[in-house]
Amino acid sequence: MAAVEATGSPDFVAGVRVLKTLTYSLSKLIKALGVILAVVNFFLIRLAPGDPASIMAGEAGASDPAYVERLREQFGLDQPLLTQLLTYIKGILHFDWGFSYRMKVPVLDLIIDRLPATLLLMVAAFIFSITLGVLLGVLSAKTRYTGQRRWLDSLIVSAALVLYATPLFWLSLLAIILFSVYLDWLPAFGMQTVGLDLHGWAYVKDVAIHLILPTLSLGTFYMAMYVRLTRASMLDVMGMDFVKTARAKGVSASRVIRRHVLRNGLLPVVTFSGIQLGQMAGGAVLTETVFGWPGIGRLMFDALMQRDYQLLLGIFLVTSTMVVIFNLLTDLVYRLVDPRIVFEGGK
Amino acid sequence: MNRTTSRKAMQWMTAAALTAGVFGSLPALAAGTLNLIVQPEPSMLVLGLNGQSPTQYVGSKIYEGLLTYGADLKPQPGLAQSWTISPDGLVYTFKLQQGVKWHDGKDFTSADVVFSTDKFLRTVHPRVRPIINKYLESVTASDDLTVVFKLKEPFAPFISLFGTDNMTMVPKHLYDNGTEYASNPANQHPIGTGPFMFDKWERGSNIVLVRNPNYWKKGLPHLDKIVFNVIPDSASRAVAFEKGDVQVLRGGDVDNVDIKRLEKIPGVERTTKGTEMYSTITSMVMNERKPPFDNPKVRQAVMYALNRDFIVKNIFFGIGKVATGPVSSTTMFYEPNVTQYKFDLKKAKALIEESGVDVSQHPVKILDYPYGSAWSRLAEYTRQSLQQLGFKVDIEATDAGGWAQRVGNFDFDLTFHFTDQFGDPAIGVSRLFVTSNIVKGSPFVNNEGYSNPAVDELFAKASSATSLEERQNLYSQVQKILVDDVANGYLFENQNVTLYKGNVKNLITNGVGTNSNFESVTVEP
Repeated sequence: MAAVEATGSPDFVAGVRVLKTLTYSLSKLIKALGVILAVVNFFLIRLAPGDPASIMAGEAGASDPAYVERLREQFGLDQPLLTQLLTYIKGILHFDWGFSYRMKVPVLDLIIDRLPATLLLMVAAFIFSITLGVLLGVLSAKTRYTGQRRWLDSLIVSAALVLYATPLFWLSLLAIILFSVYLDWLPAFGMQTVGLDLHGWAYVKDVAIHLILPTLSLGTFYMAMYVRLTRASMLDVMGMDFVKTARAKGVSASRVIRRHVLRNGLLPVVTFSGIQLGQMAGGAVLTETVFGWPGIGRLMFDALMQRDYQLLLGIFLVTSTMVVIFNLLTDLVYRLVDPRIVFEGGK
Repeated sequence: MNRTTSRKAMQWMTAAALTAGVFGSLPALAAGTLNLIVQPEPSMLVLGLNGQSPTQYVGSKIYEGLLTYGADLKPQPGLAQSWTISPDGLVYTFKLQQGVKWHDGKDFTSADVVFSTDKFLRTVHPRVRPIINKYLESVTASDDLTVVFKLKEPFAPFISLFGTDNMTMVPKHLYDNGTEYASNPANQHPIGTGPFMFDKWERGSNIVLVRNPNYWKKGLPHLDKIVFNVIPDSASRAVAFEKGDVQVLRGGDVDNVDIKRLEKIPGVERTTKGTEMYSTITSMVMNERKPPFDNPKVRQAVMYALNRDFIVKNIFFGIGKVATGPVSSTTMFYEPNVTQYKFDLKKAKALIEESGVDVSQHPVKILDYPYGSAWSRLAEYTRQSLQQLGFKVDIEATDAGGWAQRVGNFDFDLTFHFTDQFGDPAIGVSRLFVTSNIVKGSPFVNNEGYSNPAVDELFAKASSATSLEERQNLYSQVQKILVDDVANGYLFENQNVTLYKGNVKNLITNGVGTNSNFESVTVEP
């Protein structure tokens, strides 16, 4: 995106000042929000029937009640609910997130271990979907505007519609069958080739190859969204008076598209990208499952099925924090794309 | 640790380097490596602390027990080279192998055996714990290589308990230090005596074991490395096998429908051997505390109304065998001469009439067994069959946690489960029927509420009898009663199919199959 011409303008400086106070109050707000979220989450997951002790006993295939009681005691589940909550809140305030009941590993370690994989997939899918989506959207809108190659518009729109409607899970499996089984170009699962112990660029290349299919599968739906969104919002702007004026002044069509239409048409795209990032922050459970991607979404799903309360709470806390951060970033990007937007009532 | 950190850093870098063109040929797999699937990913690898199937699959290569078991489930030497049982069945004496070392180089001695059984397993093992606490009087080491177990009363199946999955040996020097066993840091890097050593575990991706160069059996194992891949989606697991990324699929790794497809691929071998120790049976569990299933005639009617051939053939794709009773035909003490419930709707309706129960007055809720779509089909089929008898039937869906809680609290009308036999009815079968096991809080006990003093007595006698004939006689009697009473609805014997590529040799050699230690497995190029 073009640099903002208003850098250093009074507008911008004021914006930054406002932002600073905003960040301060936000950090307080996030802390408070974190505690509230933790409390809500805490009670929410207790609503699910069953507890980790009975599930573990069940999975062992047999057990005596004394064993189940012992597990509960060990996990602290024999304490009154309120005591458990207080212990937990005290813990997170001291950055002690507790142990996973099942894996006997600190929750924070588990999360830190799995988060990079999710972020990698997320960033890759995000870049892929927004770049290609906006590009195709612009192309499509442009052919409409100039009236040349209208078939391209129809092609892009129908392709986007089909991809938009295709179930992600099905698409992923078909991609595996085509690219891994028949063509043998890409690996079918995992994040790296096991047992090769690669380093440096060889490792990066290995991970990148593994990343292609999950990225395409995860990003395709969002890409289709971006195409439709960009196209629709650009067509909207194209009908506005200032665009006609610009054209009448003799500005070239492509310059009008770039400087006048696109800049104005991008706002809904930014809004949606915030939503997309928020959605993906919880991990893409489906994509991660199909491709055996070791991300946080699967960790969360497993923890949920096994009622691993501590781990689940930890993941919820991380992902909700991420959602808050992404929303904040989206607001910042608004300001970049459209300098007219100033936080807190302007100058 | 350092390498892991730098790898994480590299993952971040990769995110930045995405735009680069990266197509290229895929790296080949190393020779001497066996690639497997572990499903679901285990929560930990220390046997004894966790008895789940995935933990057993991985842990059985790392840890060992005093004995191993052949396909006939007879004991064979393991960490013990020989053993004797006193004629009264009360004293078991084991002579240990010489020169056995833990993976960290310390010697394996009788002190480890005493600690493992008397302290560690007595506290933590979900299945063995109650047996040790009930029967074991003392464990003593008479010298470095001799261990003596004394029982409080005779318990014939005791000799079946010394395998890796039951009485596994853990290192005393790492666990006997006053810490809580379950949270001991040693759990993160399992140390055993087995042919393979723990190398690393990338959670969510894979577990790698490497050859133990100092294994006490000279010249073994043959493999350099075993990789357990974590692939959470069933269809993706089938593809990984088809593509050759993994060489073995074991029962439960893929859906039955995929087994039918994959076994036709040239070069793929199929076997149902190696599951004798488990000999899983699927049963229908009816809550017998309340009408309508408190009436044995109603339960018999249900059995006649179910076409179990149809269930095996069409719902489970022919992978299985109709069960005749609570003891599997692939284990010792199986009794074939019991009442047969051949599909007969007329007889079923007559039995309902005879029982005098108005079944339409007692709506039945089938609690879905949450382990895949085949089980949901089974619930639907059962609903239809019961409706034909005049029942009002609903199906309730739940997840594993909900199921365990509901069944553990006896809060169900009818559900299904499959249970392992573990080589002896005293371990795997009696637990489902004896009155003393009507306890709340856990599934896979006597959840149905069946109580029959005659059955209790027969099971008690059979477990302490020392001669095989006497035990067979007692178990035959008890099986006849349990089948007549329809204590549970015995549906079918699950067959666990193992599929493997033809170049994998010596994979299944005994009664625990893929849960054996793989010391003699080879992969031909």
